[in-house]
Amino acid sequence: MSSVYALETMDERSRREQDERPRREQEERREVISIQHMWAGYERRRVRFAETLRNRRERGSVLEDINLSVKELDFVGLIGPNGGGKTTLIKVLLGLLHPTRGTVRIMGKSVKEGRRYIGYVPQLVQFDRDFPIGVWDVVRMGRLARRRLLRRYTSQDDEIVADALRNVDMLGYRDHPIGGLSGGQQQRVYIARALAAEPRVLLLDEPTSHVDSKVSTSIYELLSRLNQSVTILMISHDMNVISSYVKSVGCLNRWLFYHEERQLTPDMLEAAYQCPVDVIAHGVPHRVFAEHIHREAAHQEVPHRKARSLRVR
Amino acid sequence: MIDLVDFFRALQFGFMQRALLAGVLVSIACGIMGTFVVVNRIVFISGGIAHAAYGGIGLGYYLKINPVFGAIVFSVASALGMGVVRRKTRQRADTIIGVMWAIGMALGIVFVDLTRGYVVDLMSYLFGSILAVPTSDLIVIAVLDMVIIALVVLFYKELLAVSFDETFATVENVPVDAIYLVLLCMIALTVVMMMRVVGLIMVIAMLTMPAAISGQFVRDMKKMMVCSSVLGIAFTVVGLWLSYVLNLTSGATIILVSGVVYLLSLGGKAALSRW
Repeated sequence: MSSVYALETMDERSRREQDERPRREQEERREVISIQHMWAGYERRRVRFAETLRNRRERGSVLEDINLSVKELDFVGLIGPNGGGKTTLIKVLLGLLHPTRGTVRIMGKSVKEGRRYIGYVPQLVQFDRDFPIGVWDVVRMGRLARRRLLRRYTSQDDEIVADALRNVDMLGYRDHPIGGLSGGQQQRVYIARALAAEPRVLLLDEPTSHVDSKVSTSIYELLSRLNQSVTILMISHDMNVISSYVKSVGCLNRWLFYHEERQLTPDMLEAAYQCPVDVIAHGVPHRVFAEHIHREAAHQEVPHRKARSLRVR
Repeated sequence: MIDLVDFFRALQFGFMQRALLAGVLVSIACGIMGTFVVVNRIVFISGGIAHAAYGGIGLGYYLKINPVFGAIVFSVASALGMGVVRRKTRQRADTIIGVMWAIGMALGIVFVDLTRGYVVDLMSYLFGSILAVPTSDLIVIAVLDMVIIALVVLFYKELLAVSFDETFATVENVPVDAIYLVLLCMIALTVVMMMRVVGLIMVIAMLTMPAAISGQFVRDMKKMMVCSSVLGIAFTVVGLWLSYVLNLTSGATIILVSGVVYLLSLGGKAALSRW
């Protein structure tokens, strides 16, 4: 119970800190994604009345009171453990799940209308490697929103598809079957497909979860190059790499801790240790936090013991 | 060799020509829709649709109309039902589909029981009788073939997107549910066409085997469709020839020819990859 209590206080504290921050330069840029006091989750059919009384929090909600503002040309990385609500947040942004409370706006529009500005790059796991389809046909799917039913793809679409493939250095593979490519190459193709939709924001779900570290570095380098012209929101558990490329980083575990800061500062880590207890318990390996502090915060003392005691609770 | 000459001589007969034409027309639709069935992994739903169509055949006999029309109504209705179940319920979709499968068949049996007099060629719907396809059924088959080809051409990019990555298609504002139901209805129509050739019970095999064989060697959906249509035609012709020469049921010989080639292709593929 006490850990829940700590979480709530930290949430209030982080919100207060956010309000106090002077953010003049950020207000000049246009807001691409705006999430305010959003709650989301999956219905539980039978909730006993007694249970509702006992537990004031909404049962079945995966995300609680999420506030996030992504501005033009931001590169936001959100980390969080499995079951921390990463997938749920993506589903909400894609309009696949309606939030139970709060508002979500994309380019100032509702999700249903605004999602055409999103270039979605899914996790690689979802795909059937035997599916008979070539790289070109995959990327051309990015043009579907522009070519409604009964309309054919045009030569303009072909140009945009070729540009997108060139942008990710995969134009040479245009006739290859997608199943024959390596994980990193496939990831580039899916990024090209998202780019072909001419998005205002790229939304990436675990872009490096199934590639080795060398390939993931090259993907992050590609992303930071693309970031010169497109906003990026990325969700990952790969915290080490994330922090060296993104412009701001947040931590998602039912609640969102987001400070529009580039790194997980000792301050944020303090929050991360106290708040998303689950991160430490069964999400990101413990050592990732330790290494991170050593590198970013110049050998500050790691509050190992504190974390462990929290985990016991 | 004499058998082959004999077979070609038999092609002079009207029933053989109709059988061959039916085989070719059905194989085309079968190659196209079989590809969708295999890549979407909806063999089970297709089986359900095929067996539920039996209810329509019984209804056709009971109402004394062409059983093919009864089968069209039942298979399309069951396709829509199974599609909605598959899309809207999270769990146990396969249970509900299995139940609809059995209820369709049970209704067919009851309708046949209620029909007065002897039901003549019931077996031909269950096990196929390509040699007895009347001209009226041939016309129905040709029309259904054209409907299926037209729908696939018109909605190809949506069908491909929904099959490959449903989530992305949704985000791109493709009407995913509607496209999925159209796909299942086309499968239902294909099933009705194939019923005459190999019979309801073996429809699944003929729908999936040519596509499964070509899927191992071709890495493009359009090529896969063409390839499986050609394979389907070849299997039908060879099966027809065997059935004529050996005096066996044509549906069974067509399926056995396909099955042997499928197993050989699996073995060949495994041998190739080990090489």
